[in-house]
Amino acid sequence: MQSERLYPNPAEIPNSTAFKAGYLVTKNAGWRSVRPVIDAGKCVKCQQCYLYCPDGTISPEIAVDYDFCKGCGICAKACRLGAITMIPERGDADA
Amino acid sequence: MAVADKLDAREFFFGHKACAGCGGSLAVRIALKVLGERAVATLPAGCMSAVGFNFPQLAFTNNAFISPFAATASVMTGLEAGLRRRGETDYHIVGFAGDGGTADIGLQALSGAIDRNDNIIYICYDNEAYMNTGIQKSGLTPLGARTTTTPGGSRSRKKDMSAIIDAHGIPYAATASVGYIDDYIRKVEKAASIKGTKYIHVLAPCPTGWGIATDETVEIAREAVDVGVWELKEYENGIWTTNIEPKNPDRVEEYYARQGRFRNTGRKTQNG
Ligand SMILES: Cc1ncc(C[n+]2csc(CCOP(=O)(O)OP(=O)(O)O)c2C)c(N)n1
Ligand code: SF4
Ligand code: SF4
Ligand code: SF4
Ligand SMILES: [Mg+2]
Repeated sequence: MQSERLYPNPAEIPNSTAFKAGYLVTKNAGWRSVRPVIDAGKCVKCQQCYLYCPDGTISPEIAVDYDFCKGCGICAKACRLGAITMIPERGDADA
Repeated sequence: MAVADKLDAREFFFGHKACAGCGGSLAVRIALKVLGERAVATLPAGCMSAVGFNFPQLAFTNNAFISPFAATASVMTGLEAGLRRRGETDYHIVGFAGDGGTADIGLQALSGAIDRNDNIIYICYDNEAYMNTGIQKSGLTPLGARTTTTPGGSRSRKKDMSAIIDAHGIPYAATASVGYIDDYIRKVEKAASIKGTKYIHVLAPCPTGWGIATDETVEIAREAVDVGVWELKEYENGIWTTNIEPKNPDRVEEYYARQGRFRNTGRKTQNG
C-alpha cells in the first residue's frame, strides 16, 4: 500500500518562495553618482579590481558592467597603478 | 598560480541590492567563486538574504535558501543529510550568517552542528551589528561603537567567537578579513578540502553602519588587521596559528578615528 504523501509536491510550492536562480529584473546603474573609468594604457591586468569589487561587476578580463556597477569606488582604491578614475555621472544612467 | 585563477570566472552572487561598498557582499561573492556552482548556500535573516532574495530579483545563481534567523546551521545540517541520502557527492554546504545570526541567535544551532561534526562550511560575515534592522548592537559589536541601541557607545566587549568555537574541538576554524582577500580565498579553499564542520569568521565592514565612505571598506578591513584590532589566524589539530602579524600596532587610534561609529561617544574602546 502506498503511504500518504506527508510533504508537499515540489510542483505545488508557490513560485514566490521557490524560484529560478539568478533571475534579474532590475539593474543597479541608477544607484551610481560616480562611475569607474579604466585607462587601458595604464592597466596591467593584475585583477585586483576584479577581486575586490563587492558586486562582481569587473570581469576577469577587466571590463566594467555599467548596468550593475554601483560606483562604490573600491576598485579605484584597489588599483595600485592609478588606472581607474571615478568620474561624475551626468544623470543618464539606467535605473 | 595567480589568486584570481583559483576562482570560478562566473559570478554566483550578482545583481544584489547591498549598499554600494558592502563588505558582506564581497565575502559572499568570493566564497561562492571559490566553491563553485555545486555550493548550496543557506542564509538566515540578515543583510545578505535581504539583498539577495528580492522576488523576483534573485541574485544567487547557485542553489540558495533563506533559513529562519536562529536556524542557519540546522538548515545546513538538513541540506547536507538530504544530499548525502540522495547519493550526491561533489557538493559544499555553505552558510553565510551575520554576526548577530552567529554569535547571538544562531549560536545554539551552530554549537549542535559542530558537536555532530556535520560536513558544512559555516561563514560568519561580521559587520559588528544587526545591520539589516537598522544597526542594533550585537554580541560582536566592539566596545565603544555607537549603534542605535548604544547611542553613547557599546559598554560591552566583542564576544570571543574564536574561543567559543575552539572550545568545541572543531576540525578547522579561521578568521579572515575582506581586506586580505588572498588569505580569505585560501581559507575557504582549505575549508572545502576538510571533512567535518568548518567555521570561518570574516570581518566585513559596512559603510552604512560604520560611518565610512563606500570606497573605504577594503582599506578599513585591512587596517583592522594591520593595527591588531582583528587577528588573522587559523585553528587546526587543536592549535591556533597567526597568519599575518599586525604591521602598525602604534596606529590603532587612526583606525578608530576614521569611523563615525567611534566618534564623539566619550566611551573607551578595547584599546583604551
Ligand atoms: C527570529 C527573528 N528575530 C528577529 C528578526 C529580525 N531581524 C532580521 S535581520 C536582523 C539583523 C541581522 O543581523 P546580523 O545577523 O548581524 O546580519 P546583518 O543584517 O548585520 O547582515 C534581525 C534582528 C528575524 N528575522 N527573525
Ligand atoms: S587593478 Fe588596475 S592595473 Fe590591475 S587590473 Fe584593475 S585596472 Fe588594471
Ligand atoms: S565602483 Fe564598485 S561596484 Fe563599480 S566596478 Fe568598482 S568596485 Fe565594482
Ligand atoms: S547595511 Fe551594511 S551590511 Fe547591510 S547591505 Fe548595507 S553595507 Fe551591507
Ligand atoms: Mg551584522
